[in-house]
Amino acid sequence: MAVTEQQRIAYIASQAADARVNVELQTEEMTLNLGPQHPATHGTLRIVARLDGEQVVKADVVCGYMHRGYEKLTEVRTYPQITTLINRIDWLSSFANEVPFILAAEDLMEVEAPPRAQWIRTLFFELSRIANVTLFIGEMGVQLGALTPVFFAFRDREYVLNLIESATGGRFHPNFDRIGGIKDDLPKGWIAETKDAMRRIRGYCDQLEDLLMGNEIFEARTRGVGVIPAEVGLSYGLSGANIRASGVDWDLRRDAPSPLAWKELDWKVWTHPDGDSFARYWVRLQETREATKMVDQLLEGLPSGPIQAKVPRIIKVPAGEAWAHTENPLGEMGYYIVSQGGLGPMRCKIRSASFHNISIVPWLLKGVYVPDIITILASLYFILGDIDR
Amino acid sequence: MPTIPTEERNRALLEDLTSKLGDAVVGSHQRTGDLWVRVRADAWLRAAEELKSMGFDYLSYLSGIDWMPHTWPNPKVVEGPGVVDTEEGADEADASPPEAAEPDEPDEPAPGGGITTGFAGGDTRFQVLARLYSTTRKLGVTLKADLDGETPHIQTWTDVFPGADWCERETWEMYGFVFDGHPNLSHLYLPGEFEGFPLRKDFPLLAREVKPWPGLVDVEPMPAVAEAAGAADEAATTEPAPA
Repeated sequence: MAVTEQQRIAYIASQAADARVNVELQTEEMTLNLGPQHPATHGTLRIVARLDGEQVVKADVVCGYMHRGYEKLTEVRTYPQITTLINRIDWLSSFANEVPFILAAEDLMEVEAPPRAQWIRTLFFELSRIANVTLFIGEMGVQLGALTPVFFAFRDREYVLNLIESATGGRFHPNFDRIGGIKDDLPKGWIAETKDAMRRIRGYCDQLEDLLMGNEIFEARTRGVGVIPAEVGLSYGLSGANIRASGVDWDLRRDAPSPLAWKELDWKVWTHPDGDSFARYWVRLQETREATKMVDQLLEGLPSGPIQAKVPRIIKVPAGEAWAHTENPLGEMGYYIVSQGGLGPMRCKIRSASFHNISIVPWLLKGVYVPDIITILASLYFILGDIDR
Repeated sequence: MPTIPTEERNRALLEDLTSKLGDAVVGSHQRTGDLWVRVRADAWLRAAEELKSMGFDYLSYLSGIDWMPHTWPNPKVVEGPGVVDTEEGADEADASPPEAAEPDEPDEPAPGGGITTGFAGGDTRFQVLARLYSTTRKLGVTLKADLDGETPHIQTWTDVFPGADWCERETWEMYGFVFDGHPNLSHLYLPGEFEGFPLRKDFPLLAREVKPWPGLVDVEPMPAVAEAAGAADEAATTEPAPA
C-alpha cells in the first residue's frame, strides 16, 4: 500500500515523540477499571484504579450495585420479620447476623433467653463462622492462582452447611433466632455428627496450612503486602480478624458483655503483629480452628432446659434505644435500634463489618502493584451484601 | 480493669468529657452499661478530638436519625420507662430553613403529634449519631448532636477518623446532612442523579405506597385479643409468613 507523504510525516513525528518519551522517561497515567463484574471482586464491587505504570496512584471504590435499602425496610416491618431480611446481609454466616439484632431487641424488652438457648445460639454462631471463614481460606488460594484449596473449601464447608440445614431447615438462611430464645431444639444424632464434622474441619485447616503456608509463592505474594498499621486500621473502623492481624488484641466475644456462652469456654484470641495480607490469612485460619474447639466445648457443656423464654405472642418492643454488637466472622456487627413502642423499630442502624473494612481500600491501595490489588482485596475478606446492605 | 463495673467507668468518662467540653455537653443517658452523650452541634468535631485523645481510637459507625413520627407501624407512641425526653415538634423542617422555629406556636404539627426523641434528649427533628469505642479501655460511647433545618450542616470527622469518610457520604445521601469540610461528599450507594434523601421519614417507600404489605394485614386484627392471652401463652412467637 502506498504511503502518502502526510502519513510518512506523521509516522516520523510519532517516532520522534516516542523517542522523547523514552529519553525523558515520561509516562502516562491510565485508568484501570476492575469490576463491577470481575472474578476477583466477590460480587459487584468496582475498583477504579489510576495507574502509573504498574503502580496504583489512586484507587476509588464504587459500591452500591447491591444496595437493598435494609435500613429503610426495617422501618416498615415487625421485629420477627426483620430477621428474614438481615439474614441476607452477610449471607455466608446468616445466623451470626441475626444474633446482635435479637440481642438488641431483647435488651429493650428486658427478656433473657434461657441458658440452653444461649448455648445453642453460640453453637450456631460459631458454626456459621466456620462455614464462612472456611470458604475464605480456600478462596484466598484462588486469588493467587492456586485452584486446589477452593475445592477443599467447598467440600468441607458442605459438612457445616448440612449441620445447619438439619437443625434449622435452611442451608444459608436459617432464620432460627427468636426474641427470647431459638426456634427449635437440636435434632437427634446431631451432636455426634457435629463432632465428626469438626474433626474434618480441623483436618481441612491442617491441609490448608500445609498447602499454602510455607509455600514460596504464597508467602512472596502476601508477606509485606498491604500492611495496615494498627492505629490506621482502627481509625478506619477495621474490626475482626483484619485488625487482630495488625496486632490489636480485641475480640468482642471476650471483651464485650454478652449473654452468649463465650465467656464460659476455654479459647484464645489470635493476633499477628505484621498487619499484612499474610497475617490476615493466618489469623483467620487460626480462628477457624479455634472455633471448632469452641463448638466441641459447647457440645460437651450444653445445658438442658427450655429453649424459649416467655414472650408475648405479638412482639412489641418498649420505647428506648439499644445497641448490641457481636464479633461476627467479618468483624464487628451491630444494630442500633430505636423503638417507640411499636411493632417494628422506628430506626435500625445496621453496622456491618465489611462496609468499614473496605473503606480503607483507597488508602491501602496507594502505591501497590496491580497484581497485589487482588490479593489485598481478598485478604481483607468482604462480602458484598455486608457492604451494601 | 474488669473489677470496676462498667457503670462506674461510664460515669467517670462522662465527668471527664464534661470537664473538657464544658457546657457543650447538653444531655447524657446511661442504660445497661452503655453511655449516650449529646453534644451541641458546634462541638461535634471537638468531642471527637477529645475522645480520641482519651483513647477512643475506633470509629464504630456514624449515622443519623430522623425523629419525625412515621405512620407505620407505630401509629400510637407508647409511653415507656426508657423515654427521657418528650418534646413537642420544635420545627417542621419541611418549610423552615435555618431560621429559628417558634416553639410557642405549633404551626402545622407533625402527623403523630410531635417529635419524641430518645436517650439523651433532643430538640430538633434530625440528629447525627456516632459510636466510638476504645480498644484499650473496652468502653464505648454513643455521641449525638441535634441538627436543624432542611439542609443541616455539621463539621466533618474525616480529619480525626478517616473512616468517617464513607459513613458521612452515606449519611449525606440518606439524610441530607452536609458535612462541612468533607473532601468528597458524593453518592456512595445511590446513582449520581438520585433525588431526595431516602431515610428521611417523609421519603415514601414506593413499593409500600403502591401495594400495602401483607404483613401489616396479618398482624392488624389480633392486638387487643392476643395481648391479654399472649402473656400466658407458652408458644412464643408467631411469625406471619410473608405472602
